[in-house]
Amino acid sequence: MDNTKREMVCIACPVGCHLTVSTAEDGSVVVEGNRCQRGVEYGREELLAPKRVVTATLAVSRGKSPRVPVKTDAPLLKAFIPGLLDQVYNMEIAAPVALGMVVLENIGGTGVRLVTTRSVLEVRAI
Amino acid sequence: MRQEHYDVAVIGGGSAGMAAAISLAQRGKSVVLFEREEVLGGILLQCIHNGFGLHHFKEELTGPEYAERVSKTLEELPVTVFVGSTVMHMEEAHAGEGKIVYAYSREHGIVMAEVRAVVLAMGCRERNRGNIGTPGTRPAGVYTAGLAQRLVNVEGYIPGKEVVIVGSGDIGLIMARRMTWVGAKVKAVVEIQPYPAGLTRNIVQCLNDFSIPLYLSHIVSEIHGKNRVEAVTITPMVDGMPDTQRSFRVDCDTVLLSVGLVPDNEVSKKLGVQLNPETNGALVDSRLMTNVPGVFACGNVLHVHDLVDFVTEESTRCGEYVAEYLDGVRPAAQHRVVAGSNVKYVLPNWYDRSHDNRFYLRPMVVKNRAELQVRLDGHVIKTKVLKHVQPSEMIALALDEKDLGDGAAQGDLRLEIAIV
Repeated sequence: MDNTKREMVCIACPVGCHLTVSTAEDGSVVVEGNRCQRGVEYGREELLAPKRVVTATLAVSRGKSPRVPVKTDAPLLKAFIPGLLDQVYNMEIAAPVALGMVVLENIGGTGVRLVTTRSVLEVRAI
Repeated sequence: MRQEHYDVAVIGGGSAGMAAAISLAQRGKSVVLFEREEVLGGILLQCIHNGFGLHHFKEELTGPEYAERVSKTLEELPVTVFVGSTVMHMEEAHAGEGKIVYAYSREHGIVMAEVRAVVLAMGCRERNRGNIGTPGTRPAGVYTAGLAQRLVNVEGYIPGKEVVIVGSGDIGLIMARRMTWVGAKVKAVVEIQPYPAGLTRNIVQCLNDFSIPLYLSHIVSEIHGKNRVEAVTITPMVDGMPDTQRSFRVDCDTVLLSVGLVPDNEVSKKLGVQLNPETNGALVDSRLMTNVPGVFACGNVLHVHDLVDFVTEESTRCGEYVAEYLDGVRPAAQHRVVAGSNVKYVLPNWYDRSHDNRFYLRPMVVKNRAELQVRLDGHVIKTKVLKHVQPSEMIALALDEKDLGDGAAQGDLRLEIAIV
Protein backbone atom coordinates (compact mmCIF):
# COMPACT_ATOMS: atom_id res chain seq x y z
CA MET A 1 0.00 0.00 0.00
CA ASP A 2 2.86 2.36 0.84
CA ASN A 3 3.99 2.49 -2.76
CA THR A 4 0.98 4.68 -3.60
CA LYS A 5 1.58 7.11 -0.73
CA ARG A 6 2.84 10.42 -2.05
CA GLU A 7 3.78 13.84 -0.72
CA MET A 8 2.73 16.78 -2.89
CA VAL A 9 2.06 20.51 -2.78
CA CYS A 10 -1.48 21.50 -3.72
CA ILE A 11 -1.58 24.08 -6.51
CA ALA A 12 -5.33 24.71 -6.57
CA CYS A 13 -4.66 28.11 -4.95
CA PRO A 14 -1.60 30.10 -3.77
CA VAL A 15 -1.68 28.85 -0.14
CA GLY A 16 0.15 25.66 -1.18
CA CYS A 17 -0.96 23.03 1.35
CA HIS A 18 1.42 20.10 1.78
CA LEU A 19 -0.67 17.04 1.01
CA THR A 20 -0.12 13.38 1.81
CA VAL A 21 -2.09 11.30 -0.63
CA SER A 22 -2.48 7.53 -0.20
CA THR A 23 -4.72 4.63 -1.15
CA ALA A 24 -6.84 2.97 1.57
CA GLU A 25 -7.51 -0.80 1.92
CA ASP A 26 -10.74 -0.50 -0.06
CA GLY A 27 -8.96 1.29 -2.91
CA SER A 28 -10.30 4.76 -2.16
CA VAL A 29 -7.92 7.72 -2.16
CA VAL A 30 -7.18 9.43 1.18
CA VAL A 31 -5.93 13.03 1.17
CA GLU A 32 -4.45 14.59 4.32
CA GLY A 33 -3.01 18.04 5.01
CA ASN A 34 -5.53 19.91 2.87
CA ARG A 35 -7.29 23.01 4.18
CA CYS A 36 -10.21 22.88 1.74
CA GLN A 37 -12.16 20.54 -0.51
CA ARG A 38 -10.23 21.59 -3.62
CA GLY A 39 -7.16 19.96 -2.09
CA VAL A 40 -8.94 16.59 -1.98
CA GLU A 41 -9.83 16.80 -5.65
CA TYR A 42 -6.36 17.95 -6.62
CA GLY A 43 -4.66 15.18 -4.60
CA ARG A 44 -6.92 12.47 -5.99
CA GLU A 45 -6.35 13.49 -9.61
CA GLU A 46 -2.59 13.98 -9.16
CA LEU A 47 -2.33 10.45 -7.76
CA LEU A 48 -4.61 8.63 -10.18
CA ALA A 49 -4.42 10.51 -13.46
CA PRO A 50 -2.24 13.65 -13.50
CA LYS A 51 -3.05 16.01 -16.35
CA ARG A 52 -1.55 19.22 -17.72
CA VAL A 53 -2.50 21.81 -20.32
CA VAL A 54 0.21 21.69 -23.00
CA THR A 55 1.26 24.77 -24.96
CA ALA A 56 3.76 24.81 -27.82
CA THR A 57 4.34 26.36 -31.25
CA LEU A 58 4.19 25.07 -34.82
CA ALA A 59 6.10 26.30 -37.84
CA VAL A 60 4.03 28.39 -40.27
CA SER A 61 4.92 28.58 -43.94
CA ARG A 62 4.37 31.94 -45.72
CA GLY A 63 3.28 33.49 -42.42
CA LYS A 64 3.94 37.02 -41.19
CA SER A 65 5.21 35.27 -38.06
CA PRO A 66 7.41 32.16 -38.45
CA ARG A 67 5.52 30.26 -35.73
CA VAL A 68 2.01 30.00 -34.37
CA PRO A 69 1.32 29.16 -30.70
CA VAL A 70 -1.05 26.29 -29.84
CA LYS A 71 -2.60 24.76 -26.72
CA THR A 72 -4.58 21.71 -25.74
CA ASP A 73 -8.19 22.77 -25.16
CA ALA A 74 -8.28 20.74 -21.92
CA PRO A 75 -5.68 19.23 -19.57
CA LEU A 76 -4.08 16.18 -21.17
CA LEU A 77 -2.98 12.99 -19.37
CA LYS A 78 0.74 13.34 -18.69
CA ALA A 79 1.57 10.08 -20.45
CA PHE A 80 0.54 11.59 -23.80
CA ILE A 81 2.58 14.81 -23.43
CA PRO A 82 6.01 13.71 -24.78
CA GLY A 83 4.47 12.17 -27.91
CA LEU A 84 2.35 15.26 -28.54
CA LEU A 85 5.32 17.65 -28.15
CA ASP A 86 7.42 15.55 -30.50
CA GLN A 87 4.68 15.70 -33.13
CA VAL A 88 3.89 19.40 -32.69
CA TYR A 89 7.47 20.70 -32.77
CA ASN A 90 7.95 18.87 -36.09
CA MET A 91 4.75 20.08 -37.77
CA GLU A 92 4.22 22.89 -40.23
CA ILE A 93 0.99 24.53 -41.36
CA ALA A 94 0.38 27.12 -44.03
CA ALA A 95 -0.71 30.71 -43.41
CA PRO A 96 -3.22 32.25 -43.05
CA VAL A 97 -4.00 30.76 -39.63
CA ALA A 98 -7.11 31.77 -37.67
CA LEU A 99 -7.25 31.99 -33.87
CA GLY A 100 -8.87 28.86 -32.41
CA MET A 101 -8.27 26.68 -35.47
CA VAL A 102 -8.19 22.94 -34.62
CA VAL A 103 -4.80 21.48 -35.51
CA LEU A 104 -5.20 17.97 -34.00
CA GLU A 105 -8.38 16.14 -32.95
CA ASN A 106 -8.82 13.54 -30.21
CA ILE A 107 -5.19 13.33 -29.00
CA GLY A 108 -4.39 9.73 -27.97
CA GLY A 109 -8.12 8.95 -27.91
CA THR A 110 -8.69 11.32 -24.97
CA GLY A 111 -11.01 13.70 -26.83
CA VAL A 112 -8.58 16.59 -26.18
CA ARG A 113 -7.88 18.84 -29.18
CA LEU A 114 -4.92 21.02 -30.11
CA VAL A 115 -5.98 24.55 -31.15
CA THR A 116 -4.13 27.68 -32.30
CA THR A 117 -3.94 30.60 -29.88
CA ARG A 118 -3.07 33.39 -32.30
CA SER A 119 -3.95 34.33 -35.85
CA VAL A 120 -1.12 34.59 -38.38
CA LEU A 121 -1.59 36.51 -41.61
CA GLU A 122 -0.13 35.37 -44.90
CA VAL A 123 2.82 37.17 -46.45
CA ARG A 124 1.83 38.05 -50.01
CA ALA A 125 4.52 37.69 -52.62
CA ILE A 126 5.10 40.97 -54.46
CA MET B 1 8.19 65.03 -41.30
CA ARG B 2 4.60 64.07 -40.57
CA GLN B 3 2.86 66.41 -38.15
CA GLU B 4 -0.26 65.26 -36.38
CA HIS B 5 -2.56 66.52 -33.64
CA TYR B 6 -4.39 64.39 -31.11
CA ASP B 7 -5.81 64.67 -27.61
CA VAL B 8 -3.53 61.92 -26.28
CA ALA B 9 -0.43 59.95 -27.27
CA VAL B 10 -0.09 56.46 -25.80
CA ILE B 11 3.49 55.21 -25.76
CA GLY B 12 3.52 51.41 -26.09
CA GLY B 13 1.07 48.89 -27.55
CA GLY B 14 1.23 46.09 -25.00
CA SER B 15 -1.51 45.23 -22.55
CA ALA B 16 -1.24 48.60 -20.75
CA GLY B 17 -1.14 50.84 -23.82
CA MET B 18 -3.97 48.99 -25.54
CA ALA B 19 -6.24 49.19 -22.47
CA ALA B 20 -5.54 52.89 -21.97
CA ALA B 21 -6.15 53.66 -25.67
CA ILE B 22 -9.43 51.69 -25.66
CA SER B 23 -10.60 53.47 -22.54
CA LEU B 24 -9.78 56.90 -24.03
CA ALA B 25 -11.32 56.19 -27.43
CA GLN B 26 -14.51 54.94 -25.75
CA ARG B 27 -14.71 58.33 -24.05
CA GLY B 28 -14.50 60.12 -27.38
CA LYS B 29 -10.89 61.30 -27.18
CA SER B 30 -8.65 61.25 -30.24
CA VAL B 31 -5.75 58.90 -29.59
CA VAL B 32 -2.47 58.06 -31.29
CA LEU B 33 -0.64 54.92 -30.16
CA PHE B 34 3.00 54.21 -30.91
CA GLU B 35 4.32 50.63 -30.82
CA ARG B 36 7.94 49.70 -31.41
CA GLU B 37 7.21 46.17 -32.72
CA GLU B 38 5.39 45.36 -35.96
CA VAL B 39 2.28 44.09 -34.14
CA LEU B 40 0.33 45.08 -31.04
CA GLY B 41 0.38 42.81 -27.99
CA GLY B 42 3.77 43.35 -26.37
CA ILE B 43 5.26 40.65 -24.18
CA LEU B 44 1.97 38.71 -24.07
CA LEU B 45 2.75 37.40 -27.55
CA GLN B 46 5.76 35.42 -26.33
CA CYS B 47 3.98 34.13 -23.20
CA ILE B 48 2.35 31.21 -24.98
CA HIS B 49 1.59 29.34 -21.71
CA ASN B 50 -1.84 29.56 -20.12
CA GLY B 51 -2.92 31.27 -16.91
CA PHE B 52 -3.90 34.72 -18.15
CA GLY B 53 -7.30 36.39 -17.95
CA LEU B 54 -8.90 34.61 -14.98
CA HIS B 55 -9.87 37.96 -13.42
CA HIS B 56 -10.56 40.08 -16.50
CA PHE B 57 -12.12 37.58 -18.92
CA LYS B 58 -13.21 35.03 -16.27
CA GLU B 59 -11.50 32.24 -18.21
CA GLU B 60 -8.00 30.89 -18.56
CA LEU B 61 -6.23 32.09 -21.70
CA THR B 62 -2.72 32.02 -23.12
CA GLY B 63 -0.82 35.30 -23.59
CA PRO B 64 -1.42 35.55 -27.36
CA GLU B 65 -5.15 34.89 -26.91
CA TYR B 66 -5.39 37.64 -24.30
CA ALA B 67 -3.51 40.05 -26.57
CA GLU B 68 -5.63 39.26 -29.59
CA ARG B 69 -8.90 39.76 -27.71
CA VAL B 70 -7.78 43.18 -26.54
CA SER B 71 -6.35 44.22 -29.92
CA LYS B 72 -9.63 43.21 -31.65
CA THR B 73 -11.49 45.64 -29.38
CA LEU B 74 -8.92 48.32 -30.14
CA GLU B 75 -9.19 47.81 -33.91
CA GLU B 76 -12.92 48.53 -33.79
CA LEU B 77 -12.29 51.96 -32.27
CA PRO B 78 -10.99 55.10 -33.99
CA VAL B 79 -7.43 54.93 -32.62
CA THR B 80 -4.52 55.88 -34.90
CA VAL B 81 -1.90 53.15 -34.48
CA PHE B 82 1.71 53.44 -35.64
CA VAL B 83 3.48 50.08 -35.44
CA GLY B 84 7.20 49.69 -36.06
CA SER B 85 7.52 53.18 -34.54
CA THR B 86 9.80 54.00 -31.63
CA VAL B 87 9.27 57.10 -29.52
CA MET B 88 12.70 58.67 -29.10
CA HIS B 89 11.93 62.05 -27.65
CA MET B 90 9.21 64.09 -25.96
CA GLU B 91 9.15 67.75 -25.05
CA GLU B 92 6.83 70.48 -23.79
CA ALA B 93 5.12 72.36 -26.63
CA HIS B 94 6.26 75.95 -26.94
CA ALA B 95 2.83 77.35 -26.28
CA GLY B 96 0.09 76.14 -23.96
CA GLU B 97 -0.16 72.89 -22.04
CA GLY B 98 0.72 70.54 -24.90
CA LYS B 99 3.47 67.99 -25.42
CA ILE B 100 5.27 67.00 -28.60
CA VAL B 101 6.09 63.34 -29.13
CA TYR B 102 8.65 62.30 -31.76
CA ALA B 103 8.52 58.74 -33.10
CA TYR B 104 10.89 57.22 -35.64
CA SER B 105 9.58 54.61 -38.03
CA ARG B 106 10.91 52.85 -41.11
CA GLU B 107 7.62 53.33 -42.92
CA HIS B 108 6.80 56.93 -42.01
CA GLY B 109 10.15 58.47 -41.14
CA ILE B 110 9.80 60.89 -38.25
CA VAL B 111 6.28 61.33 -36.92
CA MET B 112 5.69 64.38 -34.75
CA ALA B 113 2.50 64.31 -32.71
CA GLU B 114 1.31 67.35 -30.80
CA VAL B 115 -0.94 66.23 -27.96
CA ARG B 116 -2.55 67.51 -24.78
CA ALA B 117 -1.70 64.47 -22.68
CA VAL B 118 0.69 61.48 -22.74
CA VAL B 119 0.18 57.96 -21.35
CA LEU B 120 3.44 56.19 -20.56
CA ALA B 121 2.90 52.46 -21.19
CA MET B 122 6.33 51.21 -22.26
CA GLY B 123 6.44 48.18 -19.97
CA CYS B 124 9.64 46.92 -18.41
CA ARG B 125 13.04 45.48 -19.24
CA GLU B 126 14.85 42.48 -17.83
CA ARG B 127 17.70 42.85 -15.40
CA ASN B 128 20.79 41.22 -16.85
CA ARG B 129 24.20 39.89 -15.93
CA GLY B 130 25.58 43.36 -15.23
CA ASN B 131 22.83 43.99 -12.68
CA ILE B 132 23.76 40.96 -10.58
CA GLY B 133 27.50 41.15 -11.22
CA THR B 134 28.25 37.51 -12.04
CA PRO B 135 32.02 37.02 -12.43
CA GLY B 136 33.65 34.93 -15.13
CA THR B 137 34.34 35.10 -18.85
CA ARG B 138 32.00 36.63 -21.40
CA PRO B 139 31.12 33.75 -23.74
CA ALA B 140 28.08 33.40 -26.01
CA GLY B 141 25.17 31.52 -24.48
CA VAL B 142 24.17 33.90 -21.67
CA TYR B 143 20.61 35.16 -22.22
CA THR B 144 17.92 36.79 -20.18
CA ALA B 145 15.00 34.37 -19.76
CA GLY B 146 12.56 36.65 -21.59
CA LEU B 147 14.87 36.96 -24.58
CA ALA B 148 15.19 33.17 -24.72
CA GLN B 149 11.40 32.96 -24.47
CA ARG B 150 11.05 35.21 -27.50
CA LEU B 151 13.65 33.22 -29.46
CA VAL B 152 11.90 29.90 -28.77
CA ASN B 153 8.23 30.91 -28.89
CA VAL B 154 8.16 33.65 -31.52
CA GLU B 155 11.25 33.29 -33.69
CA GLY B 156 11.55 29.52 -33.47
CA TYR B 157 15.19 29.22 -32.37
CA ILE B 158 16.41 27.06 -29.48
CA PRO B 159 19.26 28.88 -27.72
CA GLY B 160 21.03 25.82 -26.26
CA LYS B 161 20.97 22.18 -25.22
CA GLU B 162 22.13 22.12 -21.59
CA VAL B 163 20.79 24.93 -19.48
CA VAL B 164 21.34 26.45 -16.04
CA ILE B 165 18.80 29.06 -14.94
CA VAL B 166 19.77 31.84 -12.53
CA GLY B 167 16.86 33.11 -10.43
CA SER B 168 13.56 31.40 -9.69
CA GLY B 169 11.17 34.09 -10.89
CA ASP B 170 8.15 32.93 -12.85
CA ILE B 171 9.71 33.64 -16.25
CA GLY B 172 12.71 31.49 -15.34
CA LEU B 173 10.49 28.65 -14.13
CA ILE B 174 8.31 28.79 -17.22
CA MET B 175 11.43 28.77 -19.39
CA ALA B 176 12.71 25.70 -17.49
CA ARG B 177 9.60 23.83 -18.67
CA ARG B 178 9.74 25.29 -22.16
CA MET B 179 13.40 24.36 -22.67
CA THR B 180 12.62 20.84 -21.44
CA TRP B 181 9.61 20.60 -23.76
CA VAL B 182 11.71 21.62 -26.77
CA GLY B 183 14.27 18.92 -25.98
CA ALA B 184 16.93 20.71 -23.93
CA LYS B 185 18.17 19.49 -20.56
CA VAL B 186 17.70 21.94 -17.68
CA LYS B 187 20.36 21.01 -15.14
CA ALA B 188 19.69 23.46 -12.33
CA VAL B 189 17.71 26.48 -11.19
CA VAL B 190 19.76 28.59 -8.77
CA GLU B 191 18.10 31.02 -6.33
CA ILE B 192 20.00 33.30 -3.94
CA GLN B 193 17.04 33.62 -1.53
CA PRO B 194 16.06 30.79 0.84
CA TYR B 195 12.62 30.59 -0.82
CA PRO B 196 11.53 30.52 -4.47
CA ALA B 197 10.70 33.85 -6.13
CA GLY B 198 8.00 32.36 -8.36
CA LEU B 199 4.56 30.91 -7.67
CA THR B 200 4.23 27.46 -6.08
CA ARG B 201 2.13 26.40 -9.05
CA ASN B 202 5.13 27.02 -11.30
CA ILE B 203 7.57 25.23 -9.00
CA VAL B 204 5.33 22.14 -9.18
CA GLN B 205 4.45 22.23 -12.87
CA CYS B 206 7.71 23.55 -14.31
CA LEU B 207 10.40 22.02 -12.05
CA ASN B 208 9.02 19.09 -10.03
CA ASP B 209 7.26 17.59 -13.07
CA PHE B 210 10.67 17.20 -14.74
CA SER B 211 12.79 16.58 -11.61
CA ILE B 212 14.78 19.77 -12.22
CA PRO B 213 16.85 20.56 -9.11
CA LEU B 214 16.17 23.92 -7.41
CA TYR B 215 19.14 25.20 -5.38
CA LEU B 216 17.82 27.67 -2.80
CA SER B 217 20.33 29.93 -0.98
CA HIS B 218 22.83 29.33 -3.80
CA ILE B 219 24.43 31.60 -6.41
CA VAL B 220 26.14 31.12 -9.74
CA SER B 221 29.54 32.42 -8.69
CA GLU B 222 31.31 32.05 -12.03
CA ILE B 223 30.54 31.49 -15.70
CA HIS B 224 33.18 29.47 -17.60
CA GLY B 225 33.94 29.17 -21.32
CA LYS B 226 35.87 31.05 -24.00
CA ASN B 227 33.63 31.27 -27.08
CA ARG B 228 30.59 29.47 -25.72
CA VAL B 229 29.46 28.81 -22.15
CA GLU B 230 31.05 25.55 -20.95
CA ALA B 231 30.05 25.41 -17.29
CA VAL B 232 29.04 27.40 -14.24
CA THR B 233 30.23 27.26 -10.65
CA ILE B 234 27.42 27.09 -8.10
CA THR B 235 28.14 28.16 -4.51
CA PRO B 236 25.93 27.83 -1.42
CA MET B 237 25.26 30.94 0.66
CA VAL B 238 25.74 30.71 4.43
CA ASP B 239 24.69 33.69 6.55
CA GLY B 240 24.74 35.91 3.48
CA MET B 241 28.27 34.88 2.45
CA PRO B 242 29.28 32.44 -0.30
CA ASP B 243 30.77 29.24 1.14
CA THR B 244 33.36 28.65 -1.58
CA GLN B 245 34.62 25.43 0.06
CA ARG B 246 31.37 23.78 -1.00
CA SER B 247 31.25 25.15 -4.56
CA PHE B 248 30.53 22.71 -7.36
CA ARG B 249 30.68 22.87 -11.14
CA VAL B 250 27.83 22.11 -13.55
CA ASP B 251 28.57 21.67 -17.25
CA CYS B 252 26.18 23.54 -19.56
CA ASP B 253 26.16 25.52 -22.80
CA THR B 254 23.50 28.07 -21.87
CA VAL B 255 22.76 30.30 -18.88
CA LEU B 256 19.35 31.95 -18.61
CA LEU B 257 18.92 34.88 -16.23
CA SER B 258 15.57 35.41 -14.54
CA VAL B 259 16.62 38.04 -12.04
CA GLY B 260 13.88 40.63 -12.10
CA LEU B 261 12.35 43.35 -14.21
CA VAL B 262 12.84 47.11 -14.26
CA PRO B 263 10.30 49.63 -15.63
CA ASP B 264 11.62 51.07 -18.90
CA ASN B 265 11.52 54.80 -18.22
CA GLU B 266 14.31 56.11 -20.48
CA VAL B 267 11.95 58.22 -22.56
CA SER B 268 9.94 59.39 -19.50
CA LYS B 269 13.05 61.18 -18.25
CA LYS B 270 13.03 63.44 -21.32
CA LEU B 271 9.97 65.17 -19.88
CA GLY B 272 11.40 65.34 -16.38
CA VAL B 273 9.19 62.62 -14.91
CA GLN B 274 10.22 61.91 -11.32
CA LEU B 275 10.84 58.25 -10.45
CA ASN B 276 10.28 56.30 -7.25
CA PRO B 277 13.43 54.39 -6.22
CA GLU B 278 11.29 51.58 -4.70
CA THR B 279 9.57 50.75 -7.98
CA ASN B 280 11.77 52.42 -10.63
CA GLY B 281 8.48 53.70 -12.00
CA ALA B 282 7.02 57.20 -11.83
CA LEU B 283 5.68 58.75 -8.65
CA VAL B 284 1.97 59.18 -9.35
CA ASP B 285 -0.97 60.91 -7.73
CA SER B 286 -4.36 59.32 -7.02
CA ARG B 287 -5.23 59.69 -10.72
CA LEU B 288 -1.99 58.07 -11.96
CA MET B 289 -0.58 61.41 -13.11
CA THR B 290 3.15 61.99 -12.75
CA ASN B 291 4.76 65.17 -11.46
CA VAL B 292 4.55 66.51 -15.04
CA PRO B 293 0.98 67.78 -15.61
CA GLY B 294 -0.71 65.84 -18.43
CA VAL B 295 1.71 62.90 -18.28
CA PHE B 296 0.25 59.68 -16.86
CA ALA B 297 1.70 56.18 -16.36
CA CYS B 298 0.19 52.69 -16.16
CA GLY B 299 1.15 49.03 -16.41
CA ASN B 300 4.66 47.68 -15.97
CA VAL B 301 6.35 51.02 -16.70
CA LEU B 302 4.73 52.23 -13.47
CA HIS B 303 5.45 49.14 -11.37
CA VAL B 304 6.04 45.49 -12.25
CA HIS B 305 2.75 43.58 -12.03
CA ASP B 306 2.45 39.81 -11.69
CA LEU B 307 -0.92 39.49 -13.45
CA VAL B 308 -1.82 41.06 -16.78
CA ASP B 309 -5.41 41.30 -15.54
CA PHE B 310 -4.25 43.94 -13.03
CA VAL B 311 -2.42 45.79 -15.82
CA THR B 312 -5.66 45.92 -17.82
CA GLU B 313 -7.61 47.15 -14.79
CA GLU B 314 -5.08 49.85 -13.89
CA SER B 315 -4.63 51.02 -17.48
CA THR B 316 -8.37 51.17 -18.23
CA ARG B 317 -8.72 53.34 -15.15
CA CYS B 318 -5.75 55.44 -16.27
CA GLY B 319 -7.57 56.09 -19.55
CA GLU B 320 -10.60 57.32 -17.58
CA TYR B 321 -8.42 59.68 -15.52
CA VAL B 322 -6.77 61.08 -18.65
CA ALA B 323 -10.16 61.64 -20.31
CA GLU B 324 -11.36 63.50 -17.21
CA TYR B 325 -8.14 65.53 -17.12
CA LEU B 326 -8.78 66.60 -20.72
CA ASP B 327 -12.30 67.63 -19.68
CA GLY B 328 -10.80 69.89 -17.04
CA VAL B 329 -11.27 67.69 -13.97
CA ARG B 330 -8.56 68.33 -11.38
CA PRO B 331 -8.29 66.39 -8.12
CA ALA B 332 -9.11 68.01 -4.78
CA ALA B 333 -6.37 67.91 -2.15
CA GLN B 334 -3.91 65.04 -2.53
CA HIS B 335 -2.32 63.36 0.49
CA ARG B 336 0.64 61.03 0.69
CA VAL B 337 0.39 57.24 0.88
CA VAL B 338 3.29 55.39 2.47
CA ALA B 339 4.30 51.75 2.83
CA GLY B 340 4.22 50.50 6.43
CA SER B 341 5.75 47.38 7.94
CA ASN B 342 6.30 44.41 5.62
CA VAL B 343 5.20 46.38 2.57
CA LYS B 344 7.76 47.16 -0.14
CA TYR B 345 5.64 49.80 -1.85
CA VAL B 346 2.09 51.09 -2.28
CA LEU B 347 0.76 52.69 -5.44
CA PRO B 348 -0.43 55.31 -6.16
CA ASN B 349 1.79 57.52 -4.01
CA TRP B 350 -1.01 60.01 -3.21
CA TYR B 351 -4.71 59.57 -2.46
CA ASP B 352 -7.77 61.75 -2.73
CA ARG B 353 -10.13 61.80 0.27
CA SER B 354 -13.12 62.85 -1.78
CA HIS B 355 -13.05 59.83 -4.09
CA ASP B 356 -12.79 56.05 -4.13
CA ASN B 357 -9.16 55.00 -4.19
CA ARG B 358 -7.69 51.77 -5.46
CA PHE B 359 -4.24 50.69 -4.29
CA TYR B 360 -1.78 48.02 -5.32
CA LEU B 361 0.83 46.93 -2.81
CA ARG B 362 3.75 44.55 -2.82
CA PRO B 363 4.34 42.55 0.39
CA MET B 364 7.85 41.76 1.63
CA VAL B 365 6.97 38.65 3.65
CA VAL B 366 5.63 35.14 3.15
CA LYS B 367 2.80 34.62 5.65
CA ASN B 368 -0.48 32.75 6.09
CA ARG B 369 -3.37 34.65 7.72
CA ALA B 370 -1.76 38.07 7.55
CA GLU B 371 -3.59 41.24 8.48
CA LEU B 372 -3.62 44.27 6.26
CA GLN B 373 -3.86 47.50 8.27
CA VAL B 374 -4.71 50.94 6.94
CA ARG B 375 -3.73 53.77 9.28
CA LEU B 376 -4.68 57.41 8.98
CA ASP B 377 -3.17 59.94 11.36
CA GLY B 378 -1.92 57.05 13.49
CA HIS B 379 -5.37 55.40 13.85
CA VAL B 380 -6.26 52.10 12.23
CA ILE B 381 -9.22 52.88 9.95
CA LYS B 382 -9.53 49.56 8.18
CA THR B 383 -8.24 46.01 8.48
CA LYS B 384 -8.49 43.04 6.18
CA VAL B 385 -7.43 39.44 6.85
CA LEU B 386 -5.56 37.84 3.98
CA LYS B 387 -5.39 34.06 3.71
CA HIS B 388 -1.88 34.12 2.31
CA VAL B 389 0.66 36.79 1.32
CA GLN B 390 3.99 36.45 -0.49
CA PRO B 391 6.25 38.90 -2.36
CA SER B 392 5.43 37.40 -5.77
CA GLU B 393 1.72 38.22 -5.33
CA MET B 394 0.60 41.82 -5.47
CA ILE B 395 -2.33 42.81 -3.24
CA ALA B 396 -5.22 44.98 -4.48
CA LEU B 397 -7.07 47.20 -2.00
CA ALA B 398 -10.01 49.54 -2.50
CA LEU B 399 -10.85 52.33 -0.05
CA ASP B 400 -13.97 54.42 -0.48
CA GLU B 401 -14.95 57.82 0.84
CA LYS B 402 -16.57 56.23 3.89
CA ASP B 403 -13.33 54.46 4.85
CA LEU B 404 -11.37 57.67 4.52
CA GLY B 405 -13.87 60.26 5.70
CA ASP B 406 -14.61 58.88 9.18
CA GLY B 407 -12.59 59.69 12.23
CA ALA B 408 -10.90 62.74 13.56
CA ALA B 409 -8.28 62.96 10.84
CA GLN B 410 -7.62 66.63 10.40
CA GLY B 411 -3.91 66.92 11.04
CA ASP B 412 -1.50 64.62 9.32
CA LEU B 413 -3.53 62.98 6.56
CA ARG B 414 -0.76 60.63 5.55
CA LEU B 415 -2.16 57.16 4.84
CA GLU B 416 -0.04 54.20 5.88
CA ILE B 417 -0.69 50.67 4.67
CA ALA B 418 1.02 47.86 6.57
CA ILE B 419 0.97 44.08 6.91
CA VAL B 420 1.11 42.72 10.46
